[in-house]
Amino acid sequence: MTDTELRVSKIEDGTVIDHITGGQALNVLAILGIDGGSGEEVSVGMNVPSDRLGRKDIVKVEDRELSQNEVDVLSLIAPAATINIVRGFDVVEKHRVSRPEEVTGVLSCPNANCITTESEPVDSHFEVLEEGVRCTYCDTLVRESIAAHISVA
Amino acid sequence: MRHDHLLSAKQLSRGDIETVLDRAAALADDPGAAADAHADRLLGLCFFEPSTRTKMSFDAAMKRLGGDTIEMGGVDSSSVTKGESLADTVRVIEGYADALVLRHPSEGSAQLASEFVDVPVINAGDGAGQHPTQTLLDLYTIRENAGFEDLSVGIMGDLKYGRTVHSLAHALTNFDASQHFVSPESLRLPRSVRYDLHETGAQIREHTDVEDVIEALDVLYVTRIQRERFPDENEYRKVAGEYRIDADLLERADDDLTVMHPLPRVDEIAPDVDETDHATYFEQAHNGVPVRMALLDLML
Repeated sequence: MTDTELRVSKIEDGTVIDHITGGQALNVLAILGIDGGSGEEVSVGMNVPSDRLGRKDIVKVEDRELSQNEVDVLSLIAPAATINIVRGFDVVEKHRVSRPEEVTGVLSCPNANCITTESEPVDSHFEVLEEGVRCTYCDTLVRESIAAHISVA
Repeated sequence: MRHDHLLSAKQLSRGDIETVLDRAAALADDPGAAADAHADRLLGLCFFEPSTRTKMSFDAAMKRLGGDTIEMGGVDSSSVTKGESLADTVRVIEGYADALVLRHPSEGSAQLASEFVDVPVINAGDGAGQHPTQTLLDLYTIRENAGFEDLSVGIMGDLKYGRTVHSLAHALTNFDASQHFVSPESLRLPRSVRYDLHETGAQIREHTDVEDVIEALDVLYVTRIQRERFPDENEYRKVAGEYRIDADLLERADDDLTVMHPLPRVDEIAPDVDETDHATYFEQAHNGVPVRMALLDLML
């Protein structure tokens, strides 16, 4: 399989997320809240050969077009990801993820003493820094292994 | 000073700080000047952790402004034991008071509370996070004793979990101050605070031995090393013994060195220091009243 075949493989309508950092596809689905429970047709390729990344993951979601806001959060774990919107088997939009200024409800704070880890009616909230993220409640910095703190099911 | 809430020393500019300190100085000179300034106003004291100085000085400050305080009592006797969230607790109490003073064991608790109420929230300590009103009285004490020009401040003890340390370190970046942090490796300043200090371009140095820096200091701010931070009693005793100030050590310090401590102390400052001109910690604690009066006067 070539890179090109993977990127444009035959979904009729939907979104293809390509050039995901190898091994992060399931985290991408978790962040996007896609668990198959609502019937979406989802294809996942993991650690497939890539000219650009060596190994990459790829996710295809049928009949769902992801917005820029939805996918920007992926930049935290897959900064090289590209988003392809497919309609009628054609790629009609193609763009990269860009780093959002903040992310809400996606990560859990690694500080066990942070108020957001208790039974309070708030979502976690992180400011996105040049390298890493920072909890806006307790100031904890997360600069490594951000994927380990993904909290969405 | 125009803030709806006081949650962190990070939000305070030099102008904000000087506004509070100037007002505090005026109130210290003439405590009766604001005797009726806030008559009929109620301050809600929400202390989810024990407190002596902070709680009593807020209580005294509000009453000296002509107002009064209400408090939720200890956690054991409040609805918290029934599992009530902090968000619900503060939403209830905001209906009873014109401002809330909150102490809570979790970092970020004051930030959370501020998102659920319309009255001002003052952070009186959130876990190992921040304690900005302590910092204001610390700065008042520093200004009175050492001034703010070309200042060299040593901060010693539990720098990792010490919320007064975190707030003071942030606030000092507003001034012409070099900061020397003295602690065991295991209790050094948290990465988040070091990151912030680096971002502001603050002059900071880290040390493990106070003797390396004692002669260069104008202010030495000592904090308690807490027993519960160490899994082993022997390790605690060893570390605590190495971070102790006594009159012999201070012989090597500048005559004008100001020794401060947010209190309570256990044995990190020997009693013989109390008799020296360096000892400023009781004056520092007393400054809590005029400084908190000033803060309340400006925020209410």
